[in-house]
Amino acid sequence: MADMLPIKERLKIKRHEMPTLDPEKRGKIFEEVPTGYTVEDAISEAQRCLQCKVATCMDGCPAQVRIPHFIEAIVAEDFEKALEELKVTNALPAVCGRVCPQETQCENTCVLEKQKRPVAIGRLERFVADWNRNNVGHKLPVCAPEGEIKGKVAIVGAGPAGIACAADLSKACYDVTVFEALHKVGGVLRYGIPDFRLPKDILDSEIDAIKETGVKFVTNVVVGNSITVDELALEYDAVFIGNGAGGPRMLGIPGENLNGVYSASEFLVRVNLMGARNFPDFDTPVNFGRKVVVFGAGNVAMDAVRTALRLGADEATIVYRRTKNEAPARDEEIMHAEEEGVKFHFLASPVKINGKNGRVASIICQLMKLGEPDSSGRARPVPDEGKTMEIEVDTVIVAIGQQANPIVAKSATGVRTDKRGYFVASLETGQTTREGVFAGGDIVTGAATVIEAVGAGKNAAQAIDRFIRSKKLSVAEEANK
Amino acid sequence: MYVIKKKKQWSEKVFTCWIDAPWVARSASPGQFLVTINSCKGERIPMTIVDVDGDSIELLFQVVGKSTLELSRMNEGDSLYAVVGPLGNPSVLQKFDGPAVFVAGGIGVGPIYPIAKKAKEMGNKVISIMGSRSETLLVMTDQMREISDELLISTDDGSCGRKGFVTDLLREVLERDEKPSHIWAIGPAIMMKFVALTAKPFNVPLTVSLNPIMVDATGMCGVCRVYVNGENKLACVDGPEFDGYAVDYDGFMGRLTQYQEKEAVALKHYMELEG
Ligand SMILES: Cc1cc2nc3c(=O)[nH]c(=O)nc-3n(C[C@H](O)[C@H](O)[C@H](O)COP(=O)(O)OP(=O)(O)OC[C@H]3O[C@@H](n4cnc5c(N)ncnc54)[C@H](O)[C@@H]3O)c2cc1C
Ligand code: FES
Repeated sequence: MADMLPIKERLKIKRHEMPTLDPEKRGKIFEEVPTGYTVEDAISEAQRCLQCKVATCMDGCPAQVRIPHFIEAIVAEDFEKALEELKVTNALPAVCGRVCPQETQCENTCVLEKQKRPVAIGRLERFVADWNRNNVGHKLPVCAPEGEIKGKVAIVGAGPAGIACAADLSKACYDVTVFEALHKVGGVLRYGIPDFRLPKDILDSEIDAIKETGVKFVTNVVVGNSITVDELALEYDAVFIGNGAGGPRMLGIPGENLNGVYSASEFLVRVNLMGARNFPDFDTPVNFGRKVVVFGAGNVAMDAVRTALRLGADEATIVYRRTKNEAPARDEEIMHAEEEGVKFHFLASPVKINGKNGRVASIICQLMKLGEPDSSGRARPVPDEGKTMEIEVDTVIVAIGQQANPIVAKSATGVRTDKRGYFVASLETGQTTREGVFAGGDIVTGAATVIEAVGAGKNAAQAIDRFIRSKKLSVAEEANK
Repeated sequence: MYVIKKKKQWSEKVFTCWIDAPWVARSASPGQFLVTINSCKGERIPMTIVDVDGDSIELLFQVVGKSTLELSRMNEGDSLYAVVGPLGNPSVLQKFDGPAVFVAGGIGVGPIYPIAKKAKEMGNKVISIMGSRSETLLVMTDQMREISDELLISTDDGSCGRKGFVTDLLREVLERDEKPSHIWAIGPAIMMKFVALTAKPFNVPLTVSLNPIMVDATGMCGVCRVYVNGENKLACVDGPEFDGYAVDYDGFMGRLTQYQEKEAVALKHYMELEG
């Protein structure tokens, strides 16, 4: 067993790079790109952690993962204990270790970040989850067997927010039912994020562990249509809404409805949820061309463009109206895309899609230049007057963001939404404008991150526990009068 | 769940079946639809809800490709992988002053039947117009007759009712002294387009129900988008019913052809495996 090294020694260790598949080969396959730390890498990387008394890294984590504790357990080579530490606050470590933007969260608040070499917290998190899955299996803390069921909670949507809320409530001895509109659970983790970033068997194993704690998942139920939030609120002690921001946002430019123009959601749903890359063994097809352009430069755009390459596109290009510096995707995703041969056209904004016989033939872009910073602090792109470009393409994928889906909201009397259709809810508790109804995740914040959704689900679980206990208490007091 | 309770074959390619789907049955209203998935490798196919009885719902479908062929070969007692719904918005019905006209092309009679039935229950005079290519493709005529004050039929080849198109019959109804208050038309896109062209001069409100390609059918993917009054709408959440004079039918029909080649591949693959 390794001992904790003296600080001086620890500071000498270099941050361990993540091994990845060779870009040449991986550009055509759906195998996961980063291959993960070895045991030796992990222990050595864990040694780099200074075990700060005040763990600033945890401030950067919306789920308050016990970072120094789990890392300490890695150094002690007790990987099962490390997983227990992780799962105290986060039921999805294998997922979060892969898809969280640690560089803007925990690793950004790590004290070593000042020297630009933070501990690789995300990679360690992934290592612990993977080691356990491969060697001993996953377990989650459960409600003690003698624990009395404290109440019934309905959860709308089986994405990270709903799943996290369900796991925590189940642990706190609630009877939890998650209603999911699709035929499979996981939300964006299932239908959005591709296998080369998050293999689906890994997602399954974390969800199975949650099922084992007693959480019931009911798929194929569209809340708002199959059952209303009002009905759920009558039948359950509390309702948590985590239905995500899964509505497509299009550009509103001419030619957008031509065949060959996809929203990123459609493209990714076909491939990830419906198995279109195995068509015709699977029934759902996807049409992908030889020349694909993707509008946008967020994670969704990177996932779409890299998927297109893997499906066999000869050329896959990102078109973005700002520059690489402003691109919202994680640096790692942009780097992987570049390595795999994705092309980038910065400072270009699509204005028209031209068609031939009903199909996409080319796009016309207005060239842009950077102007004054806008409200987000990023330089605002302004048209470079008179300069346009035309690119011949046969497939266009629009990945410029999501918008709120109205189905749940319309069935929830007294739960207020804002102008754009997002639920108005407290970020600390998830409390909406209706008693007993809570909300969190993308449907409150707009498209954000997995870990923020997990954090919102967890906060709501605590608030729901408080709400139900105080409600039952006051009912009992009434009865005793 | 999702067990096929009863199945009926109307003609070579047209079937109805009753399927156990309690989550759909408990809240389905006329005008709404559902999604079925045959198997764990299946696609999500939007289908009409014709009727509801207890926990079961009735579907009407025509074999057009791999998935509908596979479904038509499933038997009573077999289970589907999933049935999801109800989806889309219910029809907005009221007691009209004049008659309500229901135009159904082919298996468009499936979705039109519950709407017309409800209209009748609300005390409306119901005039139904059904059309198909030939008599063997006409289905549910008895059910339609039962709920209609008047049932008119046309076939392209004249094998039943008037030889011609539903639009011929519709024009005659619109020319009568008793002016209809509202028209519903559901059927192939080209039929709905011509219904709109026929009815427009008479100034009678027209509602059509669109059946584009769908995937999730819950407003997530955008594949079902269609221009209505020049604005992109999602048929699965904003529809499926729209103002029949505002729909961009040509754009809509174009999008319906997106997967023709792939659909042929899927069918061929299936026939090779299953015969
Ligand atoms: C392609 C893509 C890549 C991404 N990459 C990253 C990344 O690398 N890192 C990161 O941190 N974040 C990433 N994100 C963002 C992240 O996935 C989301 O912020 C997060 O999933 C939000 O979680 P959620 O639980 O709020 O919603 P979702 O994950 O959207 O889950 C909502 C669930 O509710 C269900 N639902 C919707 N309506 C109903 C209804 N009426 N009834 C019942 N169920 C319903 C949906 O089907 C879905 O399963 C990505 C997003 C996308 C689309
Ligand atoms: S079918 Fe996906 S949005 Fe309508």
